[in-house]
Amino acid sequence: MQTVFSVGTDALAYGMVLFVISIGLSVTMGLMRVVNLAHGAFAMIGGYIASYAAHMLGLGYAVAILLAVAGTILISIPVERFLFRRIYGAPELTQVLMTIGITFCVIGIANYVFGPTLKTIPLPELLRGPVDLGYRSIAAHKLFAIACGALVALSLWVLIDKTSFGVRLRASVDNAAMAASLGVRTRIVYAVSSAVAVGLAAFGGIVGAELLPIEPYYALRYMVTFLVVVSVGGAGSIPGALLACLVLGAIDTTGRYLVPEYGEFFFYLAVIAIVCLFPNGLLGRKK
Amino acid sequence: MAAEQTLSPAAKAASAPRWLWRDLAGLAVILAAAIVGYLLFPNNLALLTRITAIALLVLSLDLVTGYCGIATLGHAALFGAGAYAAGIAAAHFGITDPILMVVIGAIGGAVAGLVSGAIMLRGHGLAQLVLSIAIVYLFHETANKASAWTGGSDGLAGISPDPVFGVFGFDLWGRTAYVFGIVLLVLVFLALRVLVRSPFGMLCRGIKEDPVRVSAMGASVSFTLLRIYVVSGAVAGIGGALNAISTQVVGLDSLSFTTSAEALVMLVQGGTGSLYGGLIGTIVFMWFEDFVSSINPFHWLTIVGALLIAVVLFAPNGLYGTAARLVERRRDER
Repeated sequence: MQTVFSVGTDALAYGMVLFVISIGLSVTMGLMRVVNLAHGAFAMIGGYIASYAAHMLGLGYAVAILLAVAGTILISIPVERFLFRRIYGAPELTQVLMTIGITFCVIGIANYVFGPTLKTIPLPELLRGPVDLGYRSIAAHKLFAIACGALVALSLWVLIDKTSFGVRLRASVDNAAMAASLGVRTRIVYAVSSAVAVGLAAFGGIVGAELLPIEPYYALRYMVTFLVVVSVGGAGSIPGALLACLVLGAIDTTGRYLVPEYGEFFFYLAVIAIVCLFPNGLLGRKK
Repeated sequence: MAAEQTLSPAAKAASAPRWLWRDLAGLAVILAAAIVGYLLFPNNLALLTRITAIALLVLSLDLVTGYCGIATLGHAALFGAGAYAAGIAAAHFGITDPILMVVIGAIGGAVAGLVSGAIMLRGHGLAQLVLSIAIVYLFHETANKASAWTGGSDGLAGISPDPVFGVFGFDLWGRTAYVFGIVLLVLVFLALRVLVRSPFGMLCRGIKEDPVRVSAMGASVSFTLLRIYVVSGAVAGIGGALNAISTQVVGLDSLSFTTSAEALVMLVQGGTGSLYGGLIGTIVFMWFEDFVSSINPFHWLTIVGALLIAVVLFAPNGLYGTAARLVERRRDER
């Protein structure tokens, strides 16, 4: 029972962190049809900025998060403008190469500027110790990550299902050319959603720093994980991404707890099985 | 291609031996490069042999990516399968004849190609890419877990190949390994030149251009791709076996995602869809890597990234493709 509970909370926390980081990737991939391997790099940049802000500038946790999200979006604008915009609609191989190139550059630069060591983001007092749930206690930062994931899922649902921006976004995902001819300004939709995607990646990178530690190879190590989540969930589908994160988080965490010597064997086995059975993702629509 | 279509029928008939001359010229260039490498870096033959082994991996990737248009980030799975097949045969079953080891490596790679091809061809686009990544990780974790057979993360040691033909022993300087590797590379290269020019090779290119049309003409797309995957696996397996023979150890890095990604980078820098491009890309990349990473391995990553971005933006046909285009334009102007 003890094991089931701790595996369950760990899986939930891990899945939620994955969700916060990769949901932006899912939406932009559904929207712009770009295979983006550089998404993890933005999560890493967010983590580095937050760590720098907290350690060097002595700012509080909340301020550091805000600064990091804003800073990462700011960095992403020229990258999007000069590099990504050229590969929209290009063949997959081109997109893969360009985004891997960006990832390599970010890793090299991060290592040059910040050094190869692990970077921590000091948690505020409130999130440090365990939280007593009455019959069991759980690390506060995991609870915080789960809450953040739930909040992001809820607010994205409201944004996409209930607002007029959401209507335009969904129209552009379904058929960008038709949406544009009906008067949706797709360029603005694209710009806003990629900014939101990068911001969420940075946010997830900071909130999940305790589970996915910030170091130069972060972008390469988790690049595949984020891509897998999107592919399993179905690009562009928010419930799909949530489901994929929870399922994959559960499989990965359970595997690590019960048969650690197998490493990520079962994770990738599950990925192959799911992708073979659902080529468009769990909840993705047929193209 | 466009220039060829404008040739008159008479010129076309005469152009048949031109292919032969071209292949012989290519062969001469490879051999000349091999001799120059041997003379310039007599103390660094191990690196040159490794370049040769990786060149085989890149050639095999070119068959799948360049000729059939399948983007994969998991091709090292086939290379590693060949390396482990040859290594296990030598270390556990006492098969130490190098030529037999290469054959076993080719078979191991072909089987891995069959398996991963059968899985990969179930998806398209993003799903296919993710499948290729999952396959290479699955192979990696399997090799790591089966440490009784593969040595796990310590690597598979205890490979001591016999002399080639019982005469040429593998010496400390790696001369025999180097010559052995170059001979393998040349044989594979010639075989692949024949393959890509054959009707089967043309079918593969047709699939890259338009799979729907090829299947409308009555050819089976997935069966053709599966066959090219097996051939590609055999080539990659030969490269892996060569690496196992020359270094006498097989490490987990031969099955890694990073090796797969690097092979793709080499191919694209050299130019996809032509065997020469793959060779040039490998030599330039590996030599450059050796040079820069001896200074600082992290600058190397930045430079590779910048190079990749530059290639995508300014030279989408790679080094060889861009050069070939320039030569063609020059010829047209004349």
